[in-house]
Amino acid sequence: MYEKPILQVKHLQKQFGEGCPHCFDKESVYLEKNYCTVCGTVHAVRDVSFDLYPGEVLGIVGESGSGKSTMLQGLYFDSSMTSGAVYINQSELTGQNVLSLSSQQKRYIRNYIYGMVYQNPVDGLKMKFSSIGNIAEKMIAAGNRNVSNIEKRSKELLENVHIPLRRMKEEPQYFSGGMQQRVQIAKALSNNPPILFLDEVTTGLDLSVQASVLDLIKQIQRELHISMVVVSHDLAVIRMLADRSIVMLNGEVIENGLTDQILEDPQHEYTQQLVYSLL
Amino acid sequence: MIAKPHFAFFDEGSKKEIRRATLKAVAIPGYQVPFASREMPIARGWGTGGLQLTLSLIGRNDVLKVIDQGADESVNAVSIKKLVQHTTGVSVTEKTQEADIIQSRHRIPEKALKEDQILVLQVPNPEPLRKVDAREYMTKRMHAEDDYSGAWLLLFEQIMKFGRMSTGASHPVYVNGRYVMTPSPIPRFDNPKMHQSKGLILLGAGREKKIFAVPPYTSVESLAFDDYPFTVESFEGKACKLCGSTDVFLDEIIDPDTGERTHQCNDTSYCMEQLNSEEKVEVENSYV
Ligand SMILES: Nc1ncnc2c1ncn2[C@@H]1O[C@H](COP(=O)(O)OP(=O)(O)OP(=O)(O)O)[C@@H](O)[C@H]1O
Ligand SMILES: [Mg+2]
Ligand SMILES: [Zn+2]
Repeated sequence: MYEKPILQVKHLQKQFGEGCPHCFDKESVYLEKNYCTVCGTVHAVRDVSFDLYPGEVLGIVGESGSGKSTMLQGLYFDSSMTSGAVYINQSELTGQNVLSLSSQQKRYIRNYIYGMVYQNPVDGLKMKFSSIGNIAEKMIAAGNRNVSNIEKRSKELLENVHIPLRRMKEEPQYFSGGMQQRVQIAKALSNNPPILFLDEVTTGLDLSVQASVLDLIKQIQRELHISMVVVSHDLAVIRMLADRSIVMLNGEVIENGLTDQILEDPQHEYTQQLVYSLL
Repeated sequence: MIAKPHFAFFDEGSKKEIRRATLKAVAIPGYQVPFASREMPIARGWGTGGLQLTLSLIGRNDVLKVIDQGADESVNAVSIKKLVQHTTGVSVTEKTQEADIIQSRHRIPEKALKEDQILVLQVPNPEPLRKVDAREYMTKRMHAEDDYSGAWLLLFEQIMKFGRMSTGASHPVYVNGRYVMTPSPIPRFDNPKMHQSKGLILLGAGREKKIFAVPPYTSVESLAFDDYPFTVESFEGKACKLCGSTDVFLDEIIDPDTGERTHQCNDTSYCMEQLNSEEKVEVENSYV
């Protein structure tokens, strides 16, 4: 790939706790997975770096607790990172570490450049507002003050994610998990963001519902050429969606490369286990 | 020995504290300033926020008017007037133009405020974003960051549900292009009266311990969408059956016996004055 990455993540770090000399080193014997037995600090994300290229789907796979959600929430500015830098290759932002921008500028990025689908729909939706209102929220936040315009776009999106329009005024709290994820996806897409984050979109859904949500994501990728970071602990999901992948363990990246290559010839012991369990 | 009661109920320290909060509110139009709301001899939620503002401001020579939903003689208005009079000895009036301080609940008088008048509005729920987020620290952050998409979302939801913006009262306003504020539960009809008002408007919430303000000559804009503009209640084709006024907020009166619907000025003192001036004209005319 000779193109410039649209998103660059450099040495991202998130720890819960102060840290101590005993857990400074990643190989320290005092670390139990991501947890320091001396000072009690959790090293949720440790020195994570990667690039995301325009139009590509990057998979992030790793066991529960490996730091995937923590990292996405950091990228989306939901929680602050301990250290690290993130660069977005969009004219007005080029060369700036977006993690250090003002909260107003971060809001701008969330409204115009990023879309996010949370692992837990409660984090991404207002459960007591109508579904169309949930989709509208992001357009309103981006400054749209035209109801018919917002309504038209929302209906398009609802149709795209296969939610019948007759249900658009219902509150997502009465929807099934799969439908809630669809509303989240519609909301995330509303402002045509160039970058989309998807956190375990299919986890907890019935297999048939899973398949249809995955189809939807593939369709979005084909038609809209959005760059996506797809997080899952399920290698099968990653295999279906991602061209390139990184594998995380205890907050660290232990392997990265083309998804097919990782599947055929896993290097790290953990990845080998993961791949063989899939076969 | 019985201690001499304080002028205007409060000790000077308390009044100063309320005035300091008021000054801050005037300096930051539309911003909710927290203050140490006092215990009052009337129940919270019955206008203690407005009452505290009035008591902190009133001087011996001031003239007070108190209205409740447009009426000077309602029980609430009368008990507030009594309390202020009892502790200050100031005189009261029903005529809007004679008052220095007008304390009101649910209405702004029909007669425009003058530069030397202060309107004190009682506020039950000061936070226009409360339905967006129940947590105070979240709504505070939204105000700080000028993040009002939630306020618009509430209006959008109304349009989706009812086909129009259905706020009967408390339709949110942008003050000085910066803070979104509740105008208190006044009808939409009264929102435009806040815009570029010549007189100072103070709003007090006793239970929620907040003071906010619209200083004189400040821009006050009701929130609306491009294709769903803000509108006031329409009384087209209707007039007050007593004084004949048409460009005022009218109450609908249904005769319990006949079921007949008529309309009357909600602002009773305004109605009275219209009647008096009509009589005067009649009297003058009859001498010609
Ligand atoms: N507020 C917090 N305080 C302390 N530790 C936390 C906090 N939030 C997350 N962690 C820890 O950070 C680590 C990473 O959690 P995270 O939710 O990012 O994992 P994940 O990879 O998304 O897992 P899953 O597949 O279960 O979603 C875990 O060990 C978790 O317990
Ligand atoms: Mg997770
Ligand atoms: Zn440690």
